[in-house]
Amino acid sequence: MKVTILQFPGTNCEYDTQNAFKSLGAETEILWHKSESVPSDTDLLVVAGGFSYGDYLRSGAIAKFSPVMKAVIKYAKDGGKVLGICNGFQVLTEAGLLPGALKRNESLHFISKHHHLKVVNNDNIFLKKLNKNDVINVPIAHHDGNYYIDENGLKELYANNQILLKYCDENGEDKNPNGSVDLIAGVCNKERTVFGLMPHPERAMETLLGSADGVKMLQGFLEA
Amino acid sequence: MKVIVNVFLKAGVLDSQGKAVHHALDSLHFSNVSDVRVGKQIVLQMNESDDKKAMTDVTKMCEELLANTVIEDYTIELVK
Repeated sequence: MKVTILQFPGTNCEYDTQNAFKSLGAETEILWHKSESVPSDTDLLVVAGGFSYGDYLRSGAIAKFSPVMKAVIKYAKDGGKVLGICNGFQVLTEAGLLPGALKRNESLHFISKHHHLKVVNNDNIFLKKLNKNDVINVPIAHHDGNYYIDENGLKELYANNQILLKYCDENGEDKNPNGSVDLIAGVCNKERTVFGLMPHPERAMETLLGSADGVKMLQGFLEA
Repeated sequence: MKVIVNVFLKAGVLDSQGKAVHHALDSLHFSNVSDVRVGKQIVLQMNESDDKKAMTDVTKMCEELLANTVIEDYTIELVK
């Protein structure tokens, strides 16, 4: 199992992500954005979190024109598995690989804390080790995590089981940290090959550090 | 030629910044403001004399980069 992790100028979660996948037994490679191809032995491509290009213009807007992105888009269109975490999610929506957009948090504050999430759909490789309605605890750390999609787009997400996770409290009741439409924290494409979420599973790998709920999430990719 | 691009969140998409500014104006007793939208202005200096070509190019720039048309609208103004 080979995980390739993208690195743009301003990415800052690539080593956490590498450490997380390594701890699960995967082979990993960090790929600088100037590369014009994706390593051919890649089983999963991760667009890691951070602040690519300083979030200039809009989060993820400039990164989508990095040399590597053409190869990433082709890799995804050919059915390759892609996971975008936080800024990676923003990059994937900007690149048109995932529906919707991420707006400034409703409170206008940067939010960095543990938050509970409810598993909405698990009929995909990412969340298959979890059960529907499971409540998990994963850190969020973002300024632009307010998921927006128009009414028709939202209907489509529901119709195709594309909503992965929703924000909630510890009892699974609605709790919205950032104003996201329908509490959406993560979505996938129709084909269930491209995944994006604002929370950081790679920061929830050790009980000692607050939560190990990210392990089951990332493990899904390792057991294809 | 100078080209001014204004980018705003679409009508119907909640503008939290606009709302916060509106509240601040209220607290300054400017009670006659009924709505505030905060956007951004991008000013381009272009080596182009053909209005039509400039408009076509800047529209493409907006669609591809300057605006995210999922959530934002844009206006283009050519200034001589």
